Amino acid sequence: MPKPIKKSRKINFYYLKHEFYGKALVTFFGLFLILLTLLLVVFIASKGFSTFTKDHVSPLQFLFSTLWKPDRDLQSGGPVVGALIFIIGSILISVIALIISTPFSIGTAVFMTEISPRLGKKLLQPAIEIFVGIPSVVYGWVGLSVLVPFIHRVFGGLGFSLLAGGIVLAVMIFPTITSVAADALRALPGDYKEASYALGSTRWQTIRKVLVPSALPGILTGVVLGLARAFGEALAVQMVIGNSIRIPGSLLDSTVNLTSIITMDMGNTVNGTVWNNSLWSMALLLLVISFLFIVLIHKIGSKGRVQR
Amino acid sequence: MKIKSQSADKAATIVFYIIAGIVVLLLAVFVGYLLYQGRDRLNLHFIFSAPVFGKEGGGIGPQLFNSLYMVFLSMLITLPIGLSAGIYLAEYAKPSKVTNIIRFCIEALSSLPSIVIGLFGLLIFVNLTGWKYTLMGGALTVSVLNLPVITRISEDALRNVSPSIKEASLALGATHWQTILKVLVPSAIPGLVTGVILTTGRVFGEAAALLYTAGMSSPVLHFSNLNPLSHGSPLNPFRPAETLAVYIWQVNSEGLAPDARKIADGASAILIIAVFLFNIVARIIGRSLNAKFTGKSSRK
Repeated sequence: MPKPIKKSRKINFYYLKHEFYGKALVTFFGLFLILLTLLLVVFIASKGFSTFTKDHVSPLQFLFSTLWKPDRDLQSGGPVVGALIFIIGSILISVIALIISTPFSIGTAVFMTEISPRLGKKLLQPAIEIFVGIPSVVYGWVGLSVLVPFIHRVFGGLGFSLLAGGIVLAVMIFPTITSVAADALRALPGDYKEASYALGSTRWQTIRKVLVPSALPGILTGVVLGLARAFGEALAVQMVIGNSIRIPGSLLDSTVNLTSIITMDMGNTVNGTVWNNSLWSMALLLLVISFLFIVLIHKIGSKGRVQR
Repeated sequence: MKIKSQSADKAATIVFYIIAGIVVLLLAVFVGYLLYQGRDRLNLHFIFSAPVFGKEGGGIGPQLFNSLYMVFLSMLITLPIGLSAGIYLAEYAKPSKVTNIIRFCIEALSSLPSIVIGLFGLLIFVNLTGWKYTLMGGALTVSVLNLPVITRISEDALRNVSPSIKEASLALGATHWQTILKVLVPSAIPGLVTGVILTTGRVFGEAAALLYTAGMSSPVLHFSNLNPLSHGSPLNPFRPAETLAVYIWQVNSEGLAPDARKIADGASAILIIAVFLFNIVARIIGRSLNAKFTGKSSRK
């Protein structure tokens, strides 16, 4: 019976072909992610470097000068683009957000995993998911219409301030830190806790001396992710920070950060001018910092593994 | 000494309860405030009518439509690519340098500030293509934002499928690819759907990536004209398309209407309601799909 054999061979070949095409297709899209990332880096970098290559601004001056006069005419010395004010603004506002958010996040994570997992699952988990889902412009809008007037009334000043930005960001990064920290606490082996209880420690002692220290790498990962989110957030901050180009003297002063100046000026500067190019350089800076955060997270992660 | 540590324990427990209480209370006040402020705008006129320039009483119809249409288009682009990449990572990728690089890229892409992705979109989908600000450009930019998320969701959903199902399929003589298409992907649907709906909710509220890709204006839309190629048709993807989230930002920063405050309140309330809907729908669908799929496998 040669016929059926021949037929089955044909079918085999058919399926092999599909197997090959299928694998090729999904492999292509897997590699496409690398291509996309490279493309993104190359395009942003090629625009971002033009400040330094075409306009001959020195990178050191760009990073460390507070002089921001992108529209100064040639008689008075031509445009100067020092981005230090924006960089300081970004750092300050992210750090303030972290200082406010971290205690709440770790507290909530401990509550969800150790104090009351039932309430954690029924009440806090959904609450965190909704916090994540709330669009950033809505956070910005509530900040603008509630928080800014509140700060103005209670503490004085304009209301538009570093503090307002920090609080808005703190709420926005809270779910990030909390869920990563809760995962880290959940992933701890049960014998840590049992050993600590068996030695007679109370729950608080166990949390403080055993659980949080052993979950520290995971918690730090959450903090860095939160920091990364705070650093890159644009519109919510822009709406409440006041956008005055100066280094803030106090928490109640208005200031500006990298994302805000990009958001505001990108639309009304002419492509190819020093002003416009320097905005692209700031975007490149944001990209580099965001990559550095990822590297930092990997460092923390591998350190955590070695310890265990 | 013992009593001291016990009272410290009690005090700590109370503090943890207070922290959790503050978090829940904050959310309740936040959402309650938005719904309360936006209450008189939660009517059909506001939802469906177009904004009026310089006058009170404008609606958000076109912006809401643009948001929905953009979500739809971007999912159409992201889903096939993200699912494929997820299949590759879950089924074919061996632990190697290339796989590590792909994972690093996914992480890097998903942690990039959305404004940077928006600027990338401005370079590629606005300037390079010469389209200017278009809904399509916005949808493609948002796709870049979503792709890493969808890829990760797909990979996780596929990995969570019980290995015995896969082994059974292979043992019956199915090829690897057949197993993926006919067994793994269908079994992963509950996890996929939940993740995809939640991502959709996030696209709905995205603004920073869209400012300079989909633009901050919406041409007059004629909802009777449904030809996607004609100018002024709402379905035409190659027109500027301001979304709802962008509108909230713009109406505040540019003062287009005397009742900007009211518009922002109403639009925020609608965005919040949309977020809740996406969350609830994701939960319900996820649960029912899960019940359906596990029910089926237990009957066999």
